[in-house]
Amino acid sequence: MMPSMMQRLLQSRGLAQIVALLVILAIDRAVSPQFFDLRMQDGRLFGSLIDVLNRVAPVALLALGMVLVIATRGIDLSVGAVMAIAGAIAASLADAHGLPLALAAALGAGLLCGLWNGFLVAVLGIQPIVATLILMVAGRGVAQLITEGRIVTFTAPDLVWLGNGAVLGVPTPVVVVLGMLVVTGAVVRGSALGLLIEATGGNARASELAGIGTRTMILAVYVWCGLCAALGGVIAAADIMGADANNAGLWLELDAILAVVIGGTSLFGGRFSLVLAMVGALIIQAMNTGILLSGYPPEFNLLVKAAVVLIVLLLQSPRFANAGAVLGRARQ
Amino acid sequence: MRRLPPVAITAIVFVVGFALCTAQFPNFASTRVAANLLTDNAFLGIVATGMTFVIISGGIDLSVGSVIGFTTVFVALAIERLGVPPLVAFAAILMLCAAFGAAMGAIIHVFDMPPFIVTLAGMFLARGASFLMSTESTPISAPLYSTVSDFALRLPGGGRLTAIALIMLAVVAAGAVLLHFTRFGANVYALGGSRATTALMGIPVGSMTVRIYMLSSVLAGLAGIVFSFYTAAGYSLSAVGVELDSIAAVVIGGTLLTGGQGSVVGTLLGVLIQGLIQTYINFDGTLSSWWTKIVTGILLFAFIALQQAMIGIARRAGPRKAGVLKS
Repeated sequence: MMPSMMQRLLQSRGLAQIVALLVILAIDRAVSPQFFDLRMQDGRLFGSLIDVLNRVAPVALLALGMVLVIATRGIDLSVGAVMAIAGAIAASLADAHGLPLALAAALGAGLLCGLWNGFLVAVLGIQPIVATLILMVAGRGVAQLITEGRIVTFTAPDLVWLGNGAVLGVPTPVVVVLGMLVVTGAVVRGSALGLLIEATGGNARASELAGIGTRTMILAVYVWCGLCAALGGVIAAADIMGADANNAGLWLELDAILAVVIGGTSLFGGRFSLVLAMVGALIIQAMNTGILLSGYPPEFNLLVKAAVVLIVLLLQSPRFANAGAVLGRARQ
Repeated sequence: MRRLPPVAITAIVFVVGFALCTAQFPNFASTRVAANLLTDNAFLGIVATGMTFVIISGGIDLSVGSVIGFTTVFVALAIERLGVPPLVAFAAILMLCAAFGAAMGAIIHVFDMPPFIVTLAGMFLARGASFLMSTESTPISAPLYSTVSDFALRLPGGGRLTAIALIMLAVVAAGAVLLHFTRFGANVYALGGSRATTALMGIPVGSMTVRIYMLSSVLAGLAGIVFSFYTAAGYSLSAVGVELDSIAAVVIGGTLLTGGQGSVVGTLLGVLIQGLIQTYINFDGTLSSWWTKIVTGILLFAFIALQQAMIGIARRAGPRKAGVLKS
């Protein structure tokens, strides 16, 4: 019984990612001995580990939407710009109109952005990279239109709480991410929806013929992605108590794509894992924090990221997988 | 009547835009504005020419902006810190860029990976490497730089056609010849049409892919050198986001993003349209520069929608001509 369990464990998906995360956390512990220390202060947990969880929140939310888009063989480059728009809206409305309206307006804007992307991809049939490029270029301009080119700050305590508060000691952003993960997971994996999304990504034409409403599926994943990005934008704005249309979410779309790819979701669509995408986002953030803690200049971040992308891609590449299979057979 | 090719539409948009600007600001129609339009967008024109080849072949190159940044830092440090003669530094960086592009092309072909993600890794790598070399702006004071920036062809009406504008026009002309009149160019179009068919026709797909990305990276390196002439400095954060500007220029220039169709001249017009929007905003003085992004986004959408409509018309027309029922 033992060997078969071992075998199953070794073959299970996600082992590589979890091991990688543990290794990186161990390295973090090695460079900074107090890495795992936690302390309670003003009803909120503090510590490097909590810091990693807190900082990963925007990328984790983006990855949560992105993973479904990539599962349909698409990609959404506009999420960083959507973050900037949502943050700008929330920041400009929060002080005068209160949190519910600000949040509703920001999320509504995200929904509209997602609908626009989904319309271009699903209805007009434009390549996803190109379709979402439009909003990536124009979106930041729209965000600056909303903030009138200034950095809008706010003091509304409930919006600040969304970025800096805590629920039972756990920082609010972490709670929000966990909540979104549970909701998304329940919807796509608790029903056949996840399967239908994977089918759409695997072969859109065959799925269409099999009676799956592929257009609706594609439209839905882009809308969900826009919504997640807007939520990420609100949290990022709440974190710094202001909206900077120029820099909010800048290049985060690339981190989100990277997180999804590290999580083992194929860019060719057809299969996805929500939890592993979260693990992917954690790996990126744990690396960033580790580089900062170790005293290396943060410029190393990009080089390490480039190396990680290449390694993960090579491991995912069909050619490489074939070579691995041949090697495995030769060994037997 | 034959349908207008996309390039003609781009040209009309540019001419109408220029006419509208002139109607509002009479000073606009001068050789000075026209020459500045070329000078200010010289590096973008060069890098967009390379991007045109990549996109026509059905790929994309996200690394170009970072390569420009890397080049400016490399050139500045080589000349100022190590005392390397500028021309030697230029040759070295262009060879380095060629190797970089060849490596990306080889990875894309050998491992059959999407160009998007491979060049994304290249983007991180080049930007990270330039951060490692220096995070500060390094001014360049080599005599060659002042010679180049002093050189200009005087145009009637006070315009100065600068050296970097001339380099850009030369690159665009050479790119147009390479794309439209050589075997290499024909192969680029073939690759964008269908990789499988191209391979079956006996064209070496692998070496073509490597050479196309090499060309794009070398032109990005040249754009970096031109950028360092333009600013007389090397800075690791320069040219952030230029990859998006150049992709936008290529699309506005009528090149099909799915590959197989497009032209270098269209790309130049696309670059000039973006420059025109920027110049209009400068003339107006009250508009913020982010209107450039919004207008560029709107133009991008208009051209992509136009392409989509044309493909749709072509598909519908095709089968009827052949006498086949539409599925």
